[in-house]
Amino acid sequence: MIEFDHVHKRFGEHVVIDDLSLRVEDGEFFVLVGPSGSGKSTLLRTVNRLVHIDAGNVRIDGVDVATQDVETLRRGIGYAIQSVGLFPHRTVGENVATVPHLLGWSKAEIDARVEELLILLKLDEPGIVDRYPDTLSGGQQQRVGVARALAARPRIVLMDEPFGALDPVTRESLQASLKAIQRDTATTILFVTHDMDEAFGLGHRVALMLDGKVAQVGTPLELIRQPVNERVREFVGGSRARLRELAVRLVRDSMRKGEIADGDAVDGGSSLQDALGAMLTQGRDRLPVHEDGHPAGTILLADLVASRE
Amino acid sequence: MNPRALPVLVLAGIGLLCAIAFPFLYVTPNRLLSGEPHSPHVVALALSWVLLAGLGMLEVRGSRVAVALLAWALIAGLPLVAGMDARALLHATAASARVPLGAGFWLMWLAANLLLLDRLRGVRTSGRIVAWAGLFVALVAMSRAGAFESLALVREFHAQRGPFMDALLTHLSLAATTLVLALVIGAPLGWWAWRARRTDGAVVGVLAFLQTVPSLALFALLIGPFAWLARAWPALGALGFGGTGAAPAVFALVLYALLPVVRYTVAGLGAVPPDAREAARGLGMSRLQLLSRVQLPLGWPVLLAGLRIVAVQTIGLAAVATLIGAGGLGRFVFLGIGQGANDMVMLGTLAIIALALAVDLLFQAMLAFTERRS
Repeated sequence: MIEFDHVHKRFGEHVVIDDLSLRVEDGEFFVLVGPSGSGKSTLLRTVNRLVHIDAGNVRIDGVDVATQDVETLRRGIGYAIQSVGLFPHRTVGENVATVPHLLGWSKAEIDARVEELLILLKLDEPGIVDRYPDTLSGGQQQRVGVARALAARPRIVLMDEPFGALDPVTRESLQASLKAIQRDTATTILFVTHDMDEAFGLGHRVALMLDGKVAQVGTPLELIRQPVNERVREFVGGSRARLRELAVRLVRDSMRKGEIADGDAVDGGSSLQDALGAMLTQGRDRLPVHEDGHPAGTILLADLVASRE
Repeated sequence: MNPRALPVLVLAGIGLLCAIAFPFLYVTPNRLLSGEPHSPHVVALALSWVLLAGLGMLEVRGSRVAVALLAWALIAGLPLVAGMDARALLHATAASARVPLGAGFWLMWLAANLLLLDRLRGVRTSGRIVAWAGLFVALVAMSRAGAFESLALVREFHAQRGPFMDALLTHLSLAATTLVLALVIGAPLGWWAWRARRTDGAVVGVLAFLQTVPSLALFALLIGPFAWLARAWPALGALGFGGTGAAPAVFALVLYALLPVVRYTVAGLGAVPPDAREAARGLGMSRLQLLSRVQLPLGWPVLLAGLRIVAVQTIGLAAVATLIGAGGLGRFVFLGIGQGANDMVMLGTLAIIALALAVDLLFQAMLAFTERRS
């Protein structure tokens, strides 16, 4: 659990974080989203004390981070950044092993963990462990960056726009990997992005930050359906907000049970956006839904258009 | 015309001019008097330079290699020819007579070296090593066989063998001590300047100002304070610390070496990608770990390149240190000037140049090694 309690931060005369309070629960995928200069990165960096706050405090499991030894604190928190920051003179394996090495793990433990992480992050080309970062593609580098952040099994991972510099295809693939890893390990992730689709696609809860304050915090659906003011509505996407809603809602929650339709089936766990895409591709206004490969129901275009619960 | 032929033409032109206009050798009655110029191979040497120029202009396959081979042959052959000439000339004169090398020889030899250097540009490292190592072996072999025994320079060396070896060792230890001290003081200073973003601040300003003080003046200025220190603390004096000698010399040399060491430390630290530094800090490295695991390995090649310059500069400057009694190869230069013994000046100068080149080569090898590893 991460708690921000009346946090203030200013750079010179400029207030970057303005009396901000926020709570991130254990095992939560929490996204800070907002435009450049909204203070989201700065807030993230107060957790591992790369930024020193002027007032208030930041607590992890009730303990003020300012009272802890800064290196111990940081070694206990995963950290990944947009520019990746791999060590160019270290191999992939050595990069991933950075924190376990600092923590004094045995060589056998480190080797086993590195192997496990490379598989987890789909870095399974033979010999990749001994290659140097400059021989990897941008996507592979960021996979190594994420593996390095997860290496010592931290309970909290901070990610500062880690996929911001990647092409859309690579980004989606990494988002999927990260989502699965988070679900399986129940790691608390605090994730910063300026990309609203990424925020809604990844976050259990999302905090929209504007001018150093949290403008609204809630689940993606809450932000889309009940924006607290006009600025939030604008950021959430105005008229396009309904498209985003399709992206965060699941087929199985909107399907009709039992009715059978023709066409290639969509999975119950996929998003309404995927279902709409499939309908457009197949030229149909209804499609069968499968759960675990078995027919389970039907999804109708009319339900997508009309759906406002 | 092929622009790559230009260096060949210029150098061959210089060689031709030197072959015709400057004496190849002198014959002097003894080591102090000046003597008669002798240029026994004007036609042959002039022809070989013309041949070189011609080959340089030809744009046929193999002409490049031919130029390199001819230059190589000149570098190895000129001393051999001079040595043989000297033997023949000495045969006919008194025992005290000497045969020093003339300006013609030196300039042609230099031109041939530059020519080979130019032709070997872009050649694989292994090829270059073979060319220069081969030259070294050839010259050493000729020297072993006694080919140069009659040259005044070699005779001077034999006469000064003991003092020469002492001076060489002193020179090396002056330079090595300076380098180590400059690194020990300059690297932390550079780290501080980099961290405080003070590369235009007072410390660097003072160091830059020191660079403008002539070395002779700095050595002289230090005599007073160091003599006073030795008097004030007799224990220091007992250690050989005083107004003259190695202590003020090393002090002055370190002052000159500090600016480049500080500058290159800052450049080395600047060569570390900021995102790698950010990640290292965020992952929980202490300052010391950041330095030893990230900044030093990544900045080291830049610092090493700086140390190479400092080392060569220090070897040159240390020649002047002899004037305040620190010894070193400069001794032969200044003693030779005082006595009017040109061979002695030449002996000291050539030794300093050779030492500087050797140290430069050593640092290049170290650089190549670190670059291959990273």
